[in-house]
Amino acid sequence: MRIPVSWLIQQLELTEDHRDIGATEIAEAFIRVGIEVEDVLPLGPVTGPVVVGRVAQIEELTEFKKPIRYCTVEIGEPEEDGEQPLTTQVVCGATNFVEGDVVVVALPGAVLPGDFAISERKTYGKVSRGMICAADELGLGDDHSGILVLPVDDDVAPGDDAIELLGLTDTVIELAPTADRGYCLSMRGLARELACALDLGFADPAAIDVPAAENRAIAVDLAAEGACSRFAVRRVTGVDPTAPTPWHIRRTLMLAGIRSISLAVDITNFVMLELGQPMHAFDTSRLRGGLTVRHAVAGEKLVTLDGVERTLDPDDIVISDESGPVSLAGVMGGASTEVRDDSTDILLEAAVWDPPSIARAVRRHKLPSEASRRYERVVDPALPPVALERAARLLRQYGEGSIQPGRTDEGTPHAAEPVVMAMDLPDRVAGTRYARGVTAARLQQIGCRVEVGAAEDGTPVVTAYPPSWRADLTQPADLVEEVLRLQGYETIPSVLPTAPAGHGLTLAQRRRRHISRTLAEQGYVEVLPFPFVSPRVWDAFGLDADDVRRRTVAVRNPLEADRDQLATTLLPGLLDTLARNVSRGAKDVALFHIGQVVLPRADAAPMPDVPVAGRPSDEEFAQLAAALPAQPTHVAVVLAGNHQRVGWWGAGEAASWADAVQAARVVAEAAGVELAVSADALAPWHPGRCARLSVGGFPVGHAGELHPKVVEALGLPKRTCAMELDLDLLPVRERKVVPVVSPYPPVLLDVALVVDDEVPVAELTDTLRGGGGELLEELSLFDVFSGSQVGEGKRSLAYSLRLRATDRTLTVEEATAARDAAVAAATERHGATLRG
Amino acid sequence: MSGANDPYDPKEVAALSPDVLQAAVEKAREEFGSAADLDALASVKPAHLGDRSPLLQARREIGALPPQARSEAGKRVNEAQALVKAAYEDRLARLKVERDERVLREEGVDVTLPWDRRPRGARHPITTLSERIGDVFVGMGYEIAEGPELEGEWFNFDALNFKKDHPARTMQDTFYAGARDSGLVLRTHTSPVQIRSLVDRDLPVYVVCPGRTFRTDELDTTHTPVFHQVEGLAVDKGLTMAHLKGTLDAFARAIFGDEAHVRLRPSFFPFTEPSAELDVWFTAKKGGPGWVEWGGCGMVNPNVLRACGVDPDVYSGFAFGMGIERTLQFRDGIPDMRDMVEGDVRFTLPFGTEA
Repeated sequence: MRIPVSWLIQQLELTEDHRDIGATEIAEAFIRVGIEVEDVLPLGPVTGPVVVGRVAQIEELTEFKKPIRYCTVEIGEPEEDGEQPLTTQVVCGATNFVEGDVVVVALPGAVLPGDFAISERKTYGKVSRGMICAADELGLGDDHSGILVLPVDDDVAPGDDAIELLGLTDTVIELAPTADRGYCLSMRGLARELACALDLGFADPAAIDVPAAENRAIAVDLAAEGACSRFAVRRVTGVDPTAPTPWHIRRTLMLAGIRSISLAVDITNFVMLELGQPMHAFDTSRLRGGLTVRHAVAGEKLVTLDGVERTLDPDDIVISDESGPVSLAGVMGGASTEVRDDSTDILLEAAVWDPPSIARAVRRHKLPSEASRRYERVVDPALPPVALERAARLLRQYGEGSIQPGRTDEGTPHAAEPVVMAMDLPDRVAGTRYARGVTAARLQQIGCRVEVGAAEDGTPVVTAYPPSWRADLTQPADLVEEVLRLQGYETIPSVLPTAPAGHGLTLAQRRRRHISRTLAEQGYVEVLPFPFVSPRVWDAFGLDADDVRRRTVAVRNPLEADRDQLATTLLPGLLDTLARNVSRGAKDVALFHIGQVVLPRADAAPMPDVPVAGRPSDEEFAQLAAALPAQPTHVAVVLAGNHQRVGWWGAGEAASWADAVQAARVVAEAAGVELAVSADALAPWHPGRCARLSVGGFPVGHAGELHPKVVEALGLPKRTCAMELDLDLLPVRERKVVPVVSPYPPVLLDVALVVDDEVPVAELTDTLRGGGGELLEELSLFDVFSGSQVGEGKRSLAYSLRLRATDRTLTVEEATAARDAAVAAATERHGATLRG
Repeated sequence: MSGANDPYDPKEVAALSPDVLQAAVEKAREEFGSAADLDALASVKPAHLGDRSPLLQARREIGALPPQARSEAGKRVNEAQALVKAAYEDRLARLKVERDERVLREEGVDVTLPWDRRPRGARHPITTLSERIGDVFVGMGYEIAEGPELEGEWFNFDALNFKKDHPARTMQDTFYAGARDSGLVLRTHTSPVQIRSLVDRDLPVYVVCPGRTFRTDELDTTHTPVFHQVEGLAVDKGLTMAHLKGTLDAFARAIFGDEAHVRLRPSFFPFTEPSAELDVWFTAKKGGPGWVEWGGCGMVNPNVLRACGVDPDVYSGFAFGMGIERTLQFRDGIPDMRDMVEGDVRFTLPFGTEA
């Protein structure tokens, strides 16, 4: 909310200390008590001769493309009777004024905002000595629809200093109160906050006498249960529809960014800014019968003040007369009953609406307004009759209207409950000791009625009766905040508490860090893609129609309509990122991501409605858990290009299926689990180059080269490889190893075995290891060979064996026996033969 | 070998004469000295130190001398022999040094040649900063708590004292997922993990919750719809706002240096009361040291404690939270937040593997 400083401090009982308070101090005071300051905007600067002028004569210059006026403007009273008034001649391009109008003239020597220096100049064939100003040229708001025409006022004469008169040395502060402080969307609320912040007296502008109503102004029926807690109307008749809005009201609206419409509308807006009560002015003569507050009927239509026809929702609240809806309650009035330039009979309305209902209507119709911004928060339920009185009096004062004695005031606003609090609670929450009496004084300052007493055990308590505008004060913690913020958060000391000794990171957390670091050290770069994927990616992946990965949870309001699925695998995001890097010129790319995926449950339970008054039962927690999809943490890598670079040393080494499988081994190693690798054929992998990864007999993921069709469909580099496994499926356990370091020498032996191609190396190796027994310390494959020498469909696999005993020097005979046992096992299980 | 000399005359045994011995020594010195390398030295060695060398042959003549002359002649030969041997050893040592130097010189390489055949990768700075923050709190006795990214509204809103119609629940901020009545949202903050911690753990609770969060902001230089937060929660007997401030001051010093401290400004959040905006005094701020908006904090709202079954008359607590992207952005002066989310390796690689 934008508000001029001059208006705010008008309500303060300024002391000597604060007589010259500046906008900066005011801004700091607001920040200190928790009203966010968005901007501090000094008006002007305007210097030099800027005066009030009266347009004496207008000469229309018609020889130009656009209308140009050559005006004689009185800028000073004659010094003696009978003399001509002081005048100046000004060329002006605006046409929204007539002879006799009071305007603002910047004379040569004046400097307007933006270093705009006014000087005498020749233009359109005339000498122009000054400029008739528009509001924005003076730094008052941004209205440039025409020049500023001031209301005629006996106290204002040509030649008067306009800088003083228009308040051009003022400063506008833009404030953004938090959502809980609805009362701060008004001069009344903000000035009170300022008074509290500066510890000054405050005059409440709402403290006006409201005479008792003699009868009702109009019949009103509150038919929408819970939608409206108070609805009041008052009628002012005989209003002069041509009466101009007084300058101070126009100026306030202008600086708040609200357009001046007509006296009646301007007054309702002014009272809203002043007190915080949104109001509406109906043209009584255009209303048919009494008013009803009700929910809209589906399909009902209303043309709002902005000229847009709106189809109403049954959740919308409307004010209707016998002809139908005449206002979208709390949001915007209707066009059919609006005040026009012939309206003399005004029905002023002030109500209090249910905030959520208004918020929903605003969202539904995308129609935020000054009124709805206030109604979405909380409007002081005591205000409607006060605001009506204030507006009616202004209408009488400036529009010569006659206030009708009747007033309708329906509804029973909910009265705020008193809050009882231990007197020292603010001290205990802040961790400091406030001076005696501070708590009661601060609560009084914000408008509470305060009673000090004692609890049953004799400890002092304070009972606060919140003022009508503070519906947010419902529990002791709310009162505590008021005391603390007004005392100043800066007075709270800084004390580091001693937490009990914790357990450090969990095993799973340490494991995840270890895996992340290891993959990075292996050359993978971590990326954090978004989890949003397009359903088309599953087609590109070549997934079967019933593939479980197609079973996703969709986002109902995605940022990109096409990417509305929550990923069931990390690969789409990683491959997207890989493609982006390649498109930006990268060639050798290896990426990894550790993150959650969302896997809907086949037997998804509905989300229970669980209250918040106390801890839900274990059964309710179980229901909450059952309604939530599983979200295991996966780890995945993708790689393309070379995994070892080309360089002066020679050729590089292309990233291959083997690197992808190795990444899984590295993860397993880091996790301290044994990974088993076997052949598989799962999309999106190449059916001949896809490894199934298992731990303890359970499949945990896959690795290998991507299917060439997938590579093509996704526009990836050829032979792109990928690995993904479910980290949550790897058992979390402390690494427990007891290494035995034998001091005896090893025996090294080699063996070459010929086996069928189909025999997987992993299985043969396991067999050899088992056959070699305890003496076999290390077994490593150093050659894989196929060719005519070993026979069609066969491979030769050459291993080196390191054999060693822990308690003696092994004899060659013992070592050979162990090797032979290993070979015998391989022969028995895989038909392996020793290669001569 | 000469025959027996009878009657003998020592002067006739010329091989043992001092002049001859001296000449042999000189000759050996000259030839050793002119040997250019170890091979040349080895080839001339036998001529002066071998069986047929003049000195060994001369020694054999000693027997021909009369006994009284043998001692002197033997001494003379020994001296000459020692001189030749020393000459050889000197030259040998010298040539070995030369050879070693040459070998090392020849084996020299251009050590500036690159060898980045398999370049190191990197971890995302969001991850490393999250871990760093976690470690700071683990050092204070906290534990790290985690939870699901797709959450039930009860955890993300209800239990956190968001009324059913709170503006933050609207579609404008929150990603809703699943069927209309599924009650599922992508968590808008990591606060649901605080709820889970309070529900699952024994009191007192001191946890930090780093994690990925979601809001429906369009991606631009300072916003991203998917971002990371870290939140802290402490619930214990007698915790005060002074403790909150002390914790945040310690946290700020750990992350931004000893000069750093925090400032609290009153604010509003449904889940805390009193609530505060949190600014940090940042000495490396662009344009000079100053306050930077860092996050939000406050004393846990009693309604939140009640929803988790904690008695607010016995326990109190504080909570705080901040964006990790934002923290990284101002700490490191990263102009465009999009760089943090796009996954361009040129952005991430310079960060290495630790914060």
